[in-house]
Amino acid sequence: MATKFSKETYLYWYELMQLIRQFELMAEEKYKMEGKIRGFFHAYVGQEAIAAGCMTATRAEDLFITAYRDHGLALAKGISADSCMAELYGKATGCAKGKGGSMHFFGKKENFYGGHGIVGAQIGTGTGLAFAEKYRGTDNVVLCYFGDGAARQGILHESFNLAMLWKLPVIYICENNNYAMGTSVERTSNVTDIYKLADAYEMPADMFDGMSAETVHEGISRAVKRAREGGGPTLIEIKTYRYKGHSISDPQKYRTKEEVEEYRSKDPIAQVMHTILENKFATEEDLKVIDERIDAVVNNSVKFAEESPWPDDSEVLKDIYVDQNYPFIVD
Amino acid sequence: MARTIAFREALREAMSEEMRRDERVFLMGEEVAEYNGAYKVSQGMLAEFGPKRVIDTPIAELGFTAVGVGAAQNGLRPVVEFMTWNFAVLALDQILNTASKMLAMSGGQISCPIVFRGGNGSAGQLGAQHSTAFEALYANIPGIKVVSPSNPYDAKGLLKQAIRYEEDPVMFMESEQMYGDKMEVPEEEYYIELGKADVKRAGTDVTIVSFNKMMKVALGAAAELEKEGVSAEVIDLRSIRPLDWQTILESVKKTNRLVIVEEQWPFASVSSEIAYRIQKEGFDYLDAPIRRITAADAPLHYAPNLVAAALPNVERTVKIVKEVMYTKK
Repeated sequence: MATKFSKETYLYWYELMQLIRQFELMAEEKYKMEGKIRGFFHAYVGQEAIAAGCMTATRAEDLFITAYRDHGLALAKGISADSCMAELYGKATGCAKGKGGSMHFFGKKENFYGGHGIVGAQIGTGTGLAFAEKYRGTDNVVLCYFGDGAARQGILHESFNLAMLWKLPVIYICENNNYAMGTSVERTSNVTDIYKLADAYEMPADMFDGMSAETVHEGISRAVKRAREGGGPTLIEIKTYRYKGHSISDPQKYRTKEEVEEYRSKDPIAQVMHTILENKFATEEDLKVIDERIDAVVNNSVKFAEESPWPDDSEVLKDIYVDQNYPFIVD
Repeated sequence: MARTIAFREALREAMSEEMRRDERVFLMGEEVAEYNGAYKVSQGMLAEFGPKRVIDTPIAELGFTAVGVGAAQNGLRPVVEFMTWNFAVLALDQILNTASKMLAMSGGQISCPIVFRGGNGSAGQLGAQHSTAFEALYANIPGIKVVSPSNPYDAKGLLKQAIRYEEDPVMFMESEQMYGDKMEVPEEEYYIELGKADVKRAGTDVTIVSFNKMMKVALGAAAELEKEGVSAEVIDLRSIRPLDWQTILESVKKTNRLVIVEEQWPFASVSSEIAYRIQKEGFDYLDAPIRRITAADAPLHYAPNLVAAALPNVERTVKIVKEVMYTKK
């Protein structure tokens, strides 16, 4: 049976999703077992197909901006595992010099604009990133991610209105993992189909399964094409599921083990692996080689983070202003 | 060649000159384009620059502030007008949590060169929700700068500086009651560096510090005091953050007395910060407690007598100065 995408695409997806998953599992271990990582920590495990499909549906020049569950998308955009792990450790070699932490990864040269901690705020800021692209006359697009919780914030509505009014090249991607922290979608609004929020602004909308990289790629591609051609924004609701709690400290009493297991049976990595083996794009041995490569990358990132220096104390008053002569108040 | 222009024209010239110079600069806000500005600051700018660069927004302060912040992070240099800073409270999340913090959170990667400007403080009997002065609130925030000019000349030079040279977010506080103020302003372009106070009147007996429209009270009080033989030095801060406390200290070393006039609420206000700094750096030079005249510790009411009673004025300022002079009644 012919596959929808090339062998290279499936192998790229497999490798990227394994990188994200193994990175997250390792980071969680370093957090829980060794206390090397602190602060709020939100894992992307289970949502990897979204990162994979979005990457093959876009170009390097396209901008990504997301909320605090940001490790997966940062790795996808090409920020190295070394600098991501170092950021989790709070080291000077991190992708934000140890000043951001888990929730605030940034990579300007990778066109990754963070890593935002105020629920929904990045919907507005991302709309502004798209405004600048249109103003300059590029055909770059902005992928602006948020969760189902953020869909209830006022900024979403103001942004949707402005983006449609000015036909901005932004794709709003709601990663609906069913729970705003511990509150299910049903308990947050009368409107449980989040994609329908676009209707009030006559914004094109779409909704699809986020456990399949193929489906994500196809759906995102449609929206990207529209945005590149000047057709303006799209709201996409992607049904996904986080295997882990909201954050590392979440006891998850609001959902059953069976529910989690049901989603694990649709695992995005297993799906791609199945396609690869079924179509003989690679053997199990070949995949094992990839897995080992990923293990090495992740293990090296831990070594890199552990051996990296802390930021110098003088960094407290650095990167506050671009103005290098700013007279800080020091008592 | 100098000519006399109004405060609003000075602001318009600043924006227009910088927009002619740099394609990345644009103006966005409520009623700035087709209506020609709620206070006519942007009059004629739509005609010159077109709708791509002079942009009317819906009444959605949080939304259009966010668009400005994102655009600034992505290479543009927006000027965002608030009809009044009172409405900007709706946008505070984007200013405080995004614009002011992103350079730090990104380890220096994502800067935000943006100017927010608009009327600030009271402007007659507008009621409590249109009358708050916000300099102290914004000056509390690291990562941004706060400018509050008192006259057309300073306003033009400071706004041009903010738009062209400042790579950090600038809050630019104007006053509805000053837009019509006229003054001689040079035809030639000029810039005024942020963070430099201006000694508006030299004196030897007492230092009076103020900013924005309260400079009129400070200068009015100095004129009254002169009649009674008291020589007041009057300093216009112009920038609140950074604060040029060295200029105040130099003056206090000479006068040994300091009175601050401002329209902020008293708690943790600009005068609080100045008083702390001057007692720390200039304790031995002070011959009297530092005193201040602020707005009343209350929302501003509507009735004209209550407005007058709540705001600083010349009479109260003269009285406080006499107290620090230990002048006999």
